[in-house]
Amino acid sequence: MKSTFKYTLLVCLLAGGRVFGSVSDTIAPVQPAATATPVNAQNHDEHAHDEHAEHSAADHDAAHGGAEAFDPASTAIHHISDANVYSILDLVRIPLPMILKSDNGWDFFMSSKFKPGHHEDGHQGYNSYVMHHGSVHRISDPSFPQGEVVIDTYSHAEEDFDGKKVQSIYAHSGGKSYKIDPRSTLDGGILGGGITSFTDFSITKNVASMIIVCLFVFYLLRKAATFYKKNPTSAPKGVAGFIEPIFVFLRDEVAIPFLGPEKYKKYFPMLLSIFFFILGLNLFGQVPFLGSVNVTGNISITLVLSLIVFIIVNINGNKDYWKHILWMPGVPTAVKPLLSVIEIASLFIKPLTLMLRLAGNISAGHVAILSFIGLIFVFGKSGTDMAGAGIGTVLAVPLTLFMMAIELLVAFLQAYVFTLLAASYIGAATEEHAHAEHH
Amino acid sequence: MGSTFGAIGAGLAVIGAGIGIGMIGGKAVEGIARQPEASGDIRGAMILMAALVEGAALIAMILSIFMAK
Repeated sequence: MKSTFKYTLLVCLLAGGRVFGSVSDTIAPVQPAATATPVNAQNHDEHAHDEHAEHSAADHDAAHGGAEAFDPASTAIHHISDANVYSILDLVRIPLPMILKSDNGWDFFMSSKFKPGHHEDGHQGYNSYVMHHGSVHRISDPSFPQGEVVIDTYSHAEEDFDGKKVQSIYAHSGGKSYKIDPRSTLDGGILGGGITSFTDFSITKNVASMIIVCLFVFYLLRKAATFYKKNPTSAPKGVAGFIEPIFVFLRDEVAIPFLGPEKYKKYFPMLLSIFFFILGLNLFGQVPFLGSVNVTGNISITLVLSLIVFIIVNINGNKDYWKHILWMPGVPTAVKPLLSVIEIASLFIKPLTLMLRLAGNISAGHVAILSFIGLIFVFGKSGTDMAGAGIGTVLAVPLTLFMMAIELLVAFLQAYVFTLLAASYIGAATEEHAHAEHH
Repeated sequence: MGSTFGAIGAGLAVIGAGIGIGMIGGKAVEGIARQPEASGDIRGAMILMAALVEGAALIAMILSIFMAK
C-alpha cells in the first residue's frame, strides 16, 4: 500500500514535470527571436515583404511578432522530430557536434555556433549553415556571407514550384532575405521535402540519446552478468533481479516456442539485444526533463532495426523456406506463380510492418501526450486567457497522466512485439519440415 | 481536398483495426474464461494477432498521411 502511494506520487511528479516542460517551451515567446538585435521583429517582416516583391506568392507568415495562433499539430511535430541541439525545458541547450558535407567540403563544429534560442531557431549562421526549428539547413545562395553571420528572423512562404505548392523558408539577415534549402534526409529528398545541397552526418539528439542509452543498458547488463559470475548459486539481487524475469520470459515464451529448444541459442543474443535496445529507448523517451527524445518513433531507426531482421531471416532461411516462397509445393501448378508473387510481396511487407508498427506506436504516444498538453494553450489562447488556461490545465494533467501510464505499457509491449515477430519470422524461415510431402 | 480524403482514409483504417483487435480481444477473453489453464498461450497468440492487424492498419494510416500532403 505504502509503495503504491510512493509510485503514484512519483508518476504524478513526472507527469507534472512533463506538463511544465512543455508549458515553458510554448509560453516563452515573450522574448522572441529579436533579442539578438535591438530592432523589433515586425520591422523585419516589413523588410522581408519589400525584398520579396518579385515573389508573387510571398504572403509571408508575419507571425514572429508574438501574436502567433497556437497550432497544436505543428508544435507536436516539432517536439517529436530530431534536432541538432539537445534542449531541456527551454532552459538548457546542450550543443551537439555537427558533421556536414557540401560542395564546399566538410565542416566540423559544435551547434552552439548557431546560438539556438526559442523554438530552436539559430540566431547565427555559420559557413552558410543555419538552424531552423532545431535542424540544420544550408543556404546555397553564394551571396550569403561565410563565417559567423547574425540571423534576425526566419519566415515561411508558400510558393508555386512546377505547379505544386511548396513551403519555402527564408532567413533574414542584414536587411536581406535568403532562401533556405530543405533539410538533409535519408533519401536525399527524393521521396519528398525537396533535394538539398548538403549531407548531414551530425550527432543529433536522437543519436546522442541512443549512445547514452546503449552505454547505460550495457552497464546494467554487465552488472547483472558479473553478479551471476560471482554468485552462481544464490538468488538474483539488484539489477540481476530485474533482468532475470525478462530474460527467462523471453527465452521460455518467445525464443523456444518459435525457434525450437536447441536452435534458439544461435538467435537469442540478437533477440535480447533488439529487445533491450528498443525497451531502453522507449523508456528513455518518456522520462520528463530529459528532452523526451523520440528515437524508436523515428522511422530511420526502425528501418535499420527491421533491415537487420530482414537480413537475418533471409540469410538463415533454409531450402524449404525459399521453396515455399518461389514454388509452393502441394498446390496446382496454375496457382504457383500467383502464390509466389504474393509470397515475394509478403517477404518485404513483413519488415515494412515491423518498421511502421514501432515508429507509429511510439510517435503516436508522444503526439497524444503533446496534444493533451496543447489543450492548455488552445483553451488559454496562447497565454492571453488565464482562466481558459486554468481549465485547460485541469483537463490536461489527468489526461496526460493517463496517457503516460498507457505509454509505459506500450513501451514494454512494443519491445516485446518486435522481438516476438522477429523470432516468429526467423522461426518460420529455419523450420525443419519433417513431413514436406503432405503440403 | 487531398488532406480531407487522407483524414477520411486514416479514420476508416482505424475503424477496421478497431473491429479486428476488438474481436481478437473478445475471443481471447472467452477462450481464457473457458480454459483458464491455457491463458498464457492464448495471451501470446492474442498479442501476435493484434500486432499483425495493427500492422495492416498502420500501413493504411501512413499511406493516408502521405496522401494528405
